[in-house]
Amino acid sequence: MSKLTKKDVEHVASLAKLSISDKELEKYLKQLDEVVNYIGELNEVDTKNTEPTSQTTGLENVFRSDELKSQQGSTQEEVLSGTEKSYNGYFKVEAILTERTDK
Amino acid sequence: MSLPLTINETQEGLKGKKFRASEIVREYLERIKKYDKGINSFLTLTEEVAFEKASRTDETIGSQGEAAFSRYPLLGVTVAFKDLFLTKGVRTTAGSKVLESYVPTYSATVVERLEKAGCILIGKTNCDAWAHGASGENSDFGPTKNPWKPEFVPGGSSSGSAAAIAANFSLIACGTDTGGSIRQPANFCGVVGLKPTYGAVSRYGIIAMASSLDSVGHFARTVEDVRRVFEISKGEDGYDSTVKSEKGITRSAVKVKSSGLKLGIPKEYFIEGLDKEVENAVLAAAEVFKKQGVKLVNISLPHTKYAISVYYIVQPAEVSSNLGRYDGIRYGNDRNSFGAEAKRRIMLGTYVLSSGYYDAYYLKAMKVRSKMIQDFEEAFEKVDAILAPVSPTPPFKLGEKADNPLQMYLADIFTVAGNLAGIPGLAIPSGFSKKALPLGFQLLGPRFSEDTLFHLGEIYQKAVNYVPKVAF
Repeated sequence: MSKLTKKDVEHVASLAKLSISDKELEKYLKQLDEVVNYIGELNEVDTKNTEPTSQTTGLENVFRSDELKSQQGSTQEEVLSGTEKSYNGYFKVEAILTERTDK
Repeated sequence: MSLPLTINETQEGLKGKKFRASEIVREYLERIKKYDKGINSFLTLTEEVAFEKASRTDETIGSQGEAAFSRYPLLGVTVAFKDLFLTKGVRTTAGSKVLESYVPTYSATVVERLEKAGCILIGKTNCDAWAHGASGENSDFGPTKNPWKPEFVPGGSSSGSAAAIAANFSLIACGTDTGGSIRQPANFCGVVGLKPTYGAVSRYGIIAMASSLDSVGHFARTVEDVRRVFEISKGEDGYDSTVKSEKGITRSAVKVKSSGLKLGIPKEYFIEGLDKEVENAVLAAAEVFKKQGVKLVNISLPHTKYAISVYYIVQPAEVSSNLGRYDGIRYGNDRNSFGAEAKRRIMLGTYVLSSGYYDAYYLKAMKVRSKMIQDFEEAFEKVDAILAPVSPTPPFKLGEKADNPLQMYLADIFTVAGNLAGIPGLAIPSGFSKKALPLGFQLLGPRFSEDTLFHLGEIYQKAVNYVPKVAF
């Protein structure tokens, strides 16, 4: 397996929306590289004729009837109870689009 | 008052008016206030809720008498939940600063079921943040200490729940086990811990770590008590599709054999690096079983050595997607509040899932996972259960592995395979090391064979005249 680079760590951090400092970057690079090298040992296992396992229940297509259960719903007040940033019953978020400055 | 150590003692005492539920609660809370500064096992105490429930319990016993105990099988039993279990109206942090002030608007299925069965909620316990860790040191609210010797770790990630039982702060406690997070702290704290079959207990209302591995279990001081709590917590609730009893699919419990039980000793679990005292404790337990007529069989689980690699691909991959939801918009703080270990696992998981690496890591790991499951299936054709160490070493010192994540991950070597295969595991204490730290072993069985594990555990505890112990 190839060695992990600073760019790899910066890339995954940005994919995962984590901001990390330069000092953290050094530390994580070393630690993650060690782990990535270790898990590379799986290459030695022959899995040519093996199906992957994603879950162990043996269940397929679990259905339930499509009906409203009153006890499972939450009130608007409950849903908004986790934030102080709400307006008129809505969550308030930062603007994603801003006014053009190149007009 | 001297606190009862088992469910039976508690309920007999309540029936016989030896003490009242409110007195038990007062005593636990006094102990916690007096000693928990040095242990740090609780993040939130639910004093008011506990006293209120206790006085209702006393009223129920007063008006219904002994009949109350058949109606509410866990009446008077105090419970502490790992802070990963949502508790309506009670702060739930997952041990992380991201959720430091999060108050859920509903309770987990297990919380509801235990409360309905008569349990008294006493508080929420400390844990490695998001259940990431094997020592309790990754909590954003400070590490939990081992009640038997505070300079040692209690194990993790259900550190506070295991420590609370060892320190006699509660009668039972609940936790989650994704790669050993119940069995290993149970082992380090000298208590009994059950990791049920994947899909036996609903995960509804429990903060997800790695969804194909998470299982919800608990701690107590005897196998019998663990069995009694499992009877209440298990089974379909309609909110977790992995807990499903369907026609045509055998998901019923494996029947317990009354005689001719066979216990497998896997050679791959007795390897270099296994501490001598840990090894001797497991072998001594094997002798106990043999004397009780259980046949010991040498078995092999050839892919055991890849367990850590498979686990540290599958688990961080699932962690990275489960922790994707924490954006600080609907509740909680934003992603800058994640601690170092959460960041490491999110990045590792994102890496193994990212374009160009998915086949090499994630898909490969899922295939080796199939091989490990096959190992177990072949073994369970020959034996009813497997006897193994829980951790390669006795409890280690705080700080000893904190700076080396890979070393910390390797501590999970004997527990992760059970999660990858979705099988149940029962950790049982067996004595103490020369340094007076707890030792023990685990029993692993086929899917839905909890009853066999309890049966074996009870055979063991009866044979050694096991007396429940607390650290102080």
